[in-house]
Amino acid sequence: MHTKSAARNIFYGGSLFFLLIFFGLTAHSHYYAKNVSTDETTLTESVAHGKKIWEDKSCVNCHTILGEGAYFAPELGNVWIRFGGNDDEEGAREALKDWMKNQPSGIEGRRQMPQFNLTEAELDNLVDFLKWVSTIDTNGWPPNEAG
Amino acid sequence: MKYQSQKIAIAYFAVAMALFAVQVLGGLLAGFIYVFPNFLADLVPFSVVRMVHTNALVVWLILGFFGAAYYLVPEEAEREIYSPKIAYLQLIILTVGTLGAVITYVFNLFEGNVVLGLQGREFLEQPLWVKLGIIVAALLFLFNISMTVLKGRKTAITNVLLLGLWGIAIFFLFSLYVPDNLVLDKMYWWYVVHLWVEGVWELVMASILAFLLLKLTGVDREVVEKWVYVIVALALFSGVLGTGHHYYWIGTPKYWTWIGSIFSAMEVVPFFAMVVFAFTMVWKGGRNHPNRAAVLWALGSAVMAFFGAGVWGFLHTLHGINFFTHGTQITAAHGHLAFFGAYVSINLAIITYSIPYLLKREPYNQVLNMVSFWIMNSAMAFMTVVLTFAGVIQTHLQRVNGDYFMDVQDQLSLFYAMRFGAGAIFVIGALLFIYAIFVPRKELISAPSTAPAE
Ligand code: HEM
Ligand code: HEM
Ligand SMILES: [Fe+2]
Repeated sequence: MHTKSAARNIFYGGSLFFLLIFFGLTAHSHYYAKNVSTDETTLTESVAHGKKIWEDKSCVNCHTILGEGAYFAPELGNVWIRFGGNDDEEGAREALKDWMKNQPSGIEGRRQMPQFNLTEAELDNLVDFLKWVSTIDTNGWPPNEAG
Repeated sequence: MKYQSQKIAIAYFAVAMALFAVQVLGGLLAGFIYVFPNFLADLVPFSVVRMVHTNALVVWLILGFFGAAYYLVPEEAEREIYSPKIAYLQLIILTVGTLGAVITYVFNLFEGNVVLGLQGREFLEQPLWVKLGIIVAALLFLFNISMTVLKGRKTAITNVLLLGLWGIAIFFLFSLYVPDNLVLDKMYWWYVVHLWVEGVWELVMASILAFLLLKLTGVDREVVEKWVYVIVALALFSGVLGTGHHYYWIGTPKYWTWIGSIFSAMEVVPFFAMVVFAFTMVWKGGRNHPNRAAVLWALGSAVMAFFGAGVWGFLHTLHGINFFTHGTQITAAHGHLAFFGAYVSINLAIITYSIPYLLKREPYNQVLNMVSFWIMNSAMAFMTVVLTFAGVIQTHLQRVNGDYFMDVQDQLSLFYAMRFGAGAIFVIGALLFIYAIFVPRKELISAPSTAPAE
């Protein structure tokens, strides 16, 4: 009986202890995410709207973004960089929009991305979102442009 | 079955098993699309199939937990469930919500609508109204079970089970927070996903396992309960800060690389402890419970959880390795074996144990059930190995050599074909299990002559 109640008390006390540390670190990480690893002044309406479209279309159930999501289609956290956005902003924007407009490819034996029939403005929102994501300080991930 | 209200569990298990079938058929279809990517592409995109697969999984596992609670709490608390009506109302809400979610996904209804449309974050895609329904259902459940326990005998098993189920509800609240900043979004997304499977769900698993071992082996309750507290303490001490293994590359501070690596590496320990616990109890107990299928599932659950969560989790949890494997087929391999070993198997174990009592089918016809055990376990082991090979190759070609994602995928087609094959076998095993559970048959083997257990 004695060891059982000791085990129980250690469980309650210890769990509370680790939870409190975790919440404390969360608070700091929250601050860090808003001020250090991202620049929220660049998080425009358009970026936020792009994120909403990303969710409405459930893009994450084919693609990964910062390595999380489905493994069916390429990583998109760095797609802006892969499309050369850092060198040629306009070119990358047009290329990304064209890409989305031209789906599905219909190529036999190739994975298909649906046609979402997005307006020009929505496409710009999405591109703004993907561009913004590429500016997050991710500790050097992914290892290379392939994502 | 000593208490009438334990019957509630039948309804929960029935809906859970229906969704289990939906889940594995959805998985099989997703696996088929990997092999024949043009299949259904214009009608039902891969993303929709995947949502059905993963959502059905999570919902049926939780329904199974609820069913398990309705079965074991009366026996532990030594009294009837406070209100069977509330329990059935809760099930109706959850079933309607699940159907609503599936219909919304498949027919792409109300796209973009804040309340009715899907919310496309992985695993948490349920439309807002369904999420709110889940919360209401969870509150009904917690009220109902808490009232039962408060008025009855309090044991470590009900204590830990209740704590785990409260935790499930509390952490689910974070699914309602969808900030515009993707880093914050991801940070709190893991509050649900990680703190569920590597936190509070472990409490549920440990308590169900303890209940089963208590009933199946006849070991002293005092011993079992001491083990339970040690296991769940190990789980939370490592698992809470272990969340850091998801905070390496999403824009969170650098210190998580070390905190995450160290604490998540220790997450292996509680899973190992569950293996030792299960085998020690069965060996010490000496009682030969006639429901051998239930013993098999209980032991199998501990072992496969150790491999899936423990070994396959450790495989990619250190940040130096995760830098390369993050978000590859390695993750998929781990996700499958961990979910199957820990939470699918513990659910199938409690179902296997309780159904003969609930349906008054003693002595037990569980030979088919045991066959399904071996089919599902071998198929899942094979699928995991295949995906692991695919993941290693993908990691090397894509993350080390820098080859383009789609070109690498083309080179993995053999593994995806084998994954589909393993999936087909798994589905057969799953359907066989459901058949063996619900379709009463005559006893096929003679029951051991030892006295039946509680
Ligand atoms: C039964 C318990 C567990 C379950 C059900 C589980 C399940 C999962 C799932 C489904 C994912 C993928 C999440 C996503 O979609 O992004 C995941 C990721 C991960 N899990 Fe687990 N897991 C469990 C335990 C563990 C343990 C004990 C460890 C460490 C020892 C671990 C290490 C990891 C790591 C490092 C990742 C991230 C992989 C990546 O970077 O892509 N898991 N887990
Ligand atoms: C019929 C057998 C199955 C097949 C063919 C199958 C196939 C798949 C496929 C193709 C995916 C999507 C991977 C991607 O995003 O590219 C997936 C995801 C997933 N499946 Fe299955 N599955 C099967 C059974 C199961 C079972 C039994 C479980 C639970 C134990 C499960 C749990 C999951 C989870 C958790 C994910 C998300 C993985 C992650 O994000 O890391 N599946 N499955
Ligand atoms: Fe985790």
